[in-house]
Amino acid sequence: MQKIEAVIQPSKLDAVKDALVEVGVEGMTITEARGHGRQKGHTEFYRGREYSVDLLPKVKLELVVSDAMLEKAILAITSAARTGTIGDGKIFISKIDEAIRIRNDERGEIAL
Amino acid sequence: MHRMRRPVVKVFLAFLFALIVGGSVVGGSRVMAQTTAPVVGSDTGRIAVLEKQNADNVAAIAAAQTAGDNAWMLVSAALVLMMSGPGLALFYGGLVRQKNILGTMMQTFAMMAVITVLWALVTYSLAFGEGNAFIGGLHNVFLHGVGLAPDVKYAATIPLQTFMVYQLMFAIITPALITGAFAERMKFSAMLVFMILWALFVYSPMAHMVWGKGGLLNASLGGRFPTLDFAGGTVVHVTSGVSALVTALYLGKRLGYPKVPMPPHSVVLSFIGACLLWVGWFGFNAGSALGSGTLATSAFVATHFGAAAAALTWSAAEWIRQGKPSALGAISGAVAGLVAITPAAGFVTPMSALWIGGIAGVFCYFMVVKVKAIFGYDDSLDAFGVHGAGGTMGAILTGIFANSAINPIFGAGKATGLLEGNGHQVLNQLIGVAIAWSLSIVGTLIILFIVDKLIGLRVSVEEEREGLDISQHGEEGYDWAH
Repeated sequence: MQKIEAVIQPSKLDAVKDALVEVGVEGMTITEARGHGRQKGHTEFYRGREYSVDLLPKVKLELVVSDAMLEKAILAITSAARTGTIGDGKIFISKIDEAIRIRNDERGEIAL
Repeated sequence: MHRMRRPVVKVFLAFLFALIVGGSVVGGSRVMAQTTAPVVGSDTGRIAVLEKQNADNVAAIAAAQTAGDNAWMLVSAALVLMMSGPGLALFYGGLVRQKNILGTMMQTFAMMAVITVLWALVTYSLAFGEGNAFIGGLHNVFLHGVGLAPDVKYAATIPLQTFMVYQLMFAIITPALITGAFAERMKFSAMLVFMILWALFVYSPMAHMVWGKGGLLNASLGGRFPTLDFAGGTVVHVTSGVSALVTALYLGKRLGYPKVPMPPHSVVLSFIGACLLWVGWFGFNAGSALGSGTLATSAFVATHFGAAAAALTWSAAEWIRQGKPSALGAISGAVAGLVAITPAAGFVTPMSALWIGGIAGVFCYFMVVKVKAIFGYDDSLDAFGVHGAGGTMGAILTGIFANSAINPIFGAGKATGLLEGNGHQVLNQLIGVAIAWSLSIVGTLIILFIVDKLIGLRVSVEEEREGLDISQHGEEGYDWAH
């Protein structure tokens, strides 16, 4: 089992969600987040005062998938979230030791 | 039901009387003879009947005018209250950080309650009672003698209680405006004590001097230095704006200002608030005609034009200097224009109103963006930059643009403002402004000193970090967990 953490542009959330469902991903968790990579921020003006906003609004997706599903899911995310410009986001992959369904104590991939 | 019908009957009688008078001018005595219905034997009898009819008609016309004027004045009073809550509360509330929104809104709301009670007890009497040139006496404490009959010196066609409650709404919003300067750092308890003393010793004398019977600056009731202030440029905006600057300096900056970014947490709330202020301002300015006649129309039109022109010029200045016209800039400009046109509405033509508003938009933008940065004071929500600066500028421009064709306050055909040839009026405006500045600086400083010694003005460092909502009121504006 692998965990995918993807930080994407908020405007791409719907496209990414649809693409993941299409390749067979059953569930995901989404968080509204703020952050920046190389994109840095932008400046805002309120009554002449300049505020540099370096933490931009992002959406973070977390999903755990079977090893077999991993590459399909990654492809779904990258193709749906890509605009080709700076600020498109990042994907991080990590191994998951165990998954447990709270309802009936099922364990492993069947619990996903 | 019966009570409701009577005014209708009186209006009808008034209409009949107008027909008789109008008809007699056009058609001579023939029409008179036709319309005087009761047939009486002798001439004396007929004259008696006519005299009785005439007296009834005069009374009916007066009643009809009172009905019209009073309707507008009650609506105006409600509009001015709407400027405080929700207008100003939302405008200021959106500009602070989210941990302080309820604390900021409560400061304005508290004025709606506290100043009202104080007004009934004593401050109405101090502002509008008979007194000397500087302050009213105590004849009207507990609203003694403030009944439903008009006071002809103030407003001959509306009940004195309407006048009283209308003026109360001004007394409420004026201290509420000051709260923008000490936002996010003043103790609620200290704010209450400060405001009560301020209403007693700064607002009441200033209102008396400009608008009260025998006041030093009163232009229509024989003041020594007749200052033109239609709806409160000096009484409301100069006093609140200058006192705001004094409190901002006395309290010191917010923790971390100006290094820590403190952008408005919701320009959306401020936007709604500013639009409510704009609408409410028609009650503020056009209501200051104290009737629903042509003067109210002049003031209404000037108010609207001033606001629009200032919204445009502030936005233009911002667009040129920062590359983008912001929503906050546009609404701030509109408020600045409304402030500047306040003393002038009811004295100036629509074209002059455009000028006054246009100048105010650029001037207040400059005060808020440049002057504040140069001196580094933390007038958090720009109460001084908009109300103090805009009010001062508007009061002086009133002396320049005031026109006897709109309001012959010094007598028919007598020049009012500088452009009409009365250069002396600018001097009187400057005297009025100087007195408003002096009273505000000295009065506010003394009051701040007393309250500081008694209970302390500022919240603790921990309380300021935590925010006024939790530390002062034990609640939160936004509860994200539920």
